[in-house]
Amino acid sequence: MTRIMQLFLSGLMVVLLGACSGMPLRGTGDLGLVVERASGHVTLVNTSSREAYARIGGLGDLSHASVVYSRDARYAFIFGRDGGLTKVDLLEARIVKRIMQSGNAIGGSISQDGRIVVAQNYTPGGIKAFDAETLELLSEVPAEYAPGVFSKVVGLADVPGNKFAYALFDGGEIWVSDFSDPKRPVTKRYLAGMQPYDGLVTPDGRHYLAGLFGEDGIALLDLWQPEQGSRKILEKYGRGEEKLPVFKMPHLRGWSVAAGRAWLPAIGRHEVLIADAATWKETGRVAVKGQPVFVMASPDGRQIWVNFAFPDNGWVQVIDTLTGKVVQSLQPGKAVLHMEFTPRGEAVWLSARDDNRVVIYDTKAFRPLGSFGVEAPSGIFFTSRAARIGF
Amino acid sequence: MSNSRLLSALTAVLLGCPAMPALAELPVARQKELVHLVRQDCGSCHGMTLRGGLGPALLPATLADKPAEGLVATIIGGRPGTPMPPWHRFLAEGEAQWIVDQLMAGFPE
Repeated sequence: MTRIMQLFLSGLMVVLLGACSGMPLRGTGDLGLVVERASGHVTLVNTSSREAYARIGGLGDLSHASVVYSRDARYAFIFGRDGGLTKVDLLEARIVKRIMQSGNAIGGSISQDGRIVVAQNYTPGGIKAFDAETLELLSEVPAEYAPGVFSKVVGLADVPGNKFAYALFDGGEIWVSDFSDPKRPVTKRYLAGMQPYDGLVTPDGRHYLAGLFGEDGIALLDLWQPEQGSRKILEKYGRGEEKLPVFKMPHLRGWSVAAGRAWLPAIGRHEVLIADAATWKETGRVAVKGQPVFVMASPDGRQIWVNFAFPDNGWVQVIDTLTGKVVQSLQPGKAVLHMEFTPRGEAVWLSARDDNRVVIYDTKAFRPLGSFGVEAPSGIFFTSRAARIGF
Repeated sequence: MSNSRLLSALTAVLLGCPAMPALAELPVARQKELVHLVRQDCGSCHGMTLRGGLGPALLPATLADKPAEGLVATIIGGRPGTPMPPWHRFLAEGEAQWIVDQLMAGFPE
């Protein structure tokens, strides 16, 4: 057989094998999905071509839905408001498995080793752990903070050691559940403060922060030294002044830490608070357009993008972390609900709910790079989250 | 029944148009805005389907035993000690009343 013939035949075999599996081989590093909150759909997207490539329906009530990824970044676990938990294959663009795990849920997380998916629930208040492969229920931890009294759970995040940290809105506590034995979780409790509304884990997995709604301050738990208990940082940041009304709760996640500092939404003040991420002392604050909802650092930590609660949700502001000043005030669309940076941060995708559009911005030139139509988009989730703790 | 509600009920009777919903003085375009506001923005705490979230459910069954006046006051003035903010900057009292009426009857899509 000639050399050319050999090459031809092996090429043919590759093509035929590809045809057998029904799709070309590809990775998932530049994929993600956009939640369509009102229609129970997700739109699958490609951040290289900046396009949607598939749409999947039948996911129930997706208002406030959130998504985590398997560690191979192939499967998305979508937590719906109605308690639905759906596992979606990004490559085959199909639902692999779907269960109803509670009556009213508010997101979830995936363990450090990728084997356990945990949902956090409002009703009944608590968390539930599922096998990431099969979605079979492994165990649950009811948020019963006093005999017969259950709390809504917020701020669930995975932390090192196959543990999950979360906060009890009604109970005012931070709980850390250890799932080393997935069927027998062991939970430790720490006092947090009044009405924790969300939580985050720093990118190194060391600190858990719970933002407080009922008082000025943030509860901080050092997961390396949990026996010291939680303490308050940024206490009394409101200086006793009357709070402005909050028309939407802010959201916290590990993207808040950048350039050695934590950038956090104030509650009832049109400010972003800055704390030194080593001493946790306040180092400054930035006046912004409205009540911040997402205060999100670019992957390199140079920029902080901030969106706002109603009625300022048509605005997005960009803070330069070097100067601590607002350098851009943008109007990407109507009702900007969420933002997500591409893995290395050259672009940010924004969902403009009331424009039924996802808009993509260049983070250097602050100009739109493109957009596409999506029905009432809310959360945007890229697979780069798969490799991050606390997401 | 409060005087204003009595008056609007009386107005509806006097207008005598059976197809006209209660408090029909609210323009249809504004009604649409209010439905959007409730589903989308109130929905961020109460759920888009109003089955509850951080805030309580706002379904006819859950509101049935609550006096409408109190619900209107909560919308307009907020509820101190809870995350419920006052909406008076964005809603007139009659509009809050309209929202409460719709919630108690089953909120439009």
